[in-house]
Amino acid sequence: MASMRDIKRRKTSIQSTQQITKAMKLVSTVKLQRAKTRAERSKAYFNCMYETITGMIRRTGHIDHPYLTSGSSEKKAVVVITSNRGLAGGYNSNIVKLVTGSELKKEDVEVYAIGKKGRDVLKRRGYNIKADYSEVINEPLYKDAMEITDALLEAFSNKEIGEIWLAYTGFKNTVSHIPTLIKLLPVDASADEAEADGQQAEDAVSSKTLMNYEPEETEAMEMIIPKYIASLIYGALIEAVASENGARMQAMDSATSNAEEMIGTLELQYNRARQGHITQELTEIIGGAEALSS
Amino acid sequence: MADDRAFSLKIITPDRVFYEGNAIMVELRTTEGEIGVLKNHIPLTSVIAPGILRIRESDSEVKTAALISGFVEILQDSVTILAEVVEWPDEIDVNRAEEARVRAERRLAEKASNTNMKRAELALERSVARIEAAKK
Repeated sequence: MASMRDIKRRKTSIQSTQQITKAMKLVSTVKLQRAKTRAERSKAYFNCMYETITGMIRRTGHIDHPYLTSGSSEKKAVVVITSNRGLAGGYNSNIVKLVTGSELKKEDVEVYAIGKKGRDVLKRRGYNIKADYSEVINEPLYKDAMEITDALLEAFSNKEIGEIWLAYTGFKNTVSHIPTLIKLLPVDASADEAEADGQQAEDAVSSKTLMNYEPEETEAMEMIIPKYIASLIYGALIEAVASENGARMQAMDSATSNAEEMIGTLELQYNRARQGHITQELTEIIGGAEALSS
Repeated sequence: MADDRAFSLKIITPDRVFYEGNAIMVELRTTEGEIGVLKNHIPLTSVIAPGILRIRESDSEVKTAALISGFVEILQDSVTILAEVVEWPDEIDVNRAEEARVRAERRLAEKASNTNMKRAELALERSVARIEAAKK
């Protein structure tokens, strides 16, 4: 059995770790609340944006626009949103797994990394990191999303990349976060339609009204699609921040309760050791007294 | 006050719902020129150019804002503006806008080959829209 001193040292060490995890949990809870309200506030914009774009594509049918047809290049850009800091449970590794486990071939992928953790792991696995916007995830602004979009679209129109994908962690609620991989460009009209199945009744109404475009469709598309991509990236950023804090909160919560459990066991061990120690001392004293008196 | 000329107007930015209410007329600037929208307008989707947005809530009440970019979806009885950048007059930093205007004008005047003319023009439009809106 370990000595009393060892057990005591172990216990203090775990206690101070627990203090840290507890504090981290509190911090991420607060951050999560903030990120959550932010995500909710901006949701209206994305829903509207999504409806407008899908409606537009469906109504206009198949226009021959570079943004809607697959590029000639084999290269695929993947925007990977992870966090800059660890200790968030499986948050970062889930995203990495999603990218490595997808059908995207390693040689074809150009990573646009947002978040140091994902960037480092993907780099180690031999992925080509094209750009790094890790600062953005600390405080995502719409302007950042626009910047990233500009870089992506420039590469797309220069035919450096043929497809644009986005990997991020969707925020469903506080405890459930879903790693998601979606295709941004070319816009897949058929997939959108399948997704929008639930809204069919509403669509039937809106598709009756004939929409006019000013400037005309292709040109309007040219201007609106970048905004669409930017809003998707921004939405993903905001959701990812909320998910990150949610994941960290959960991880720290279980770490704290694990520490609690360990402290309990150690406490028991310590008390037993103490008792054993006293008993031993007593027997020694009695033994000594007996030896003297006899 | 239910006005039968009123239609619902929604202005949404990525960070907040900027405006939600009823209006009898909205004036804004699109890439094709200025338009004023009344109720029962034909359905129209248009891209916004930097300019002043005027929301006429009733005959006496007009609200202005600087609408910088985004696009607008007009349906018969509702108008939705998906704005990337839109500001109320009291949110505008006039000094900064003035500075931006001077800078853009200077760049346009130089006509150096390495400056992006289109970008400078846009910057000028943006700053002018902000200044105008702030004056109101």
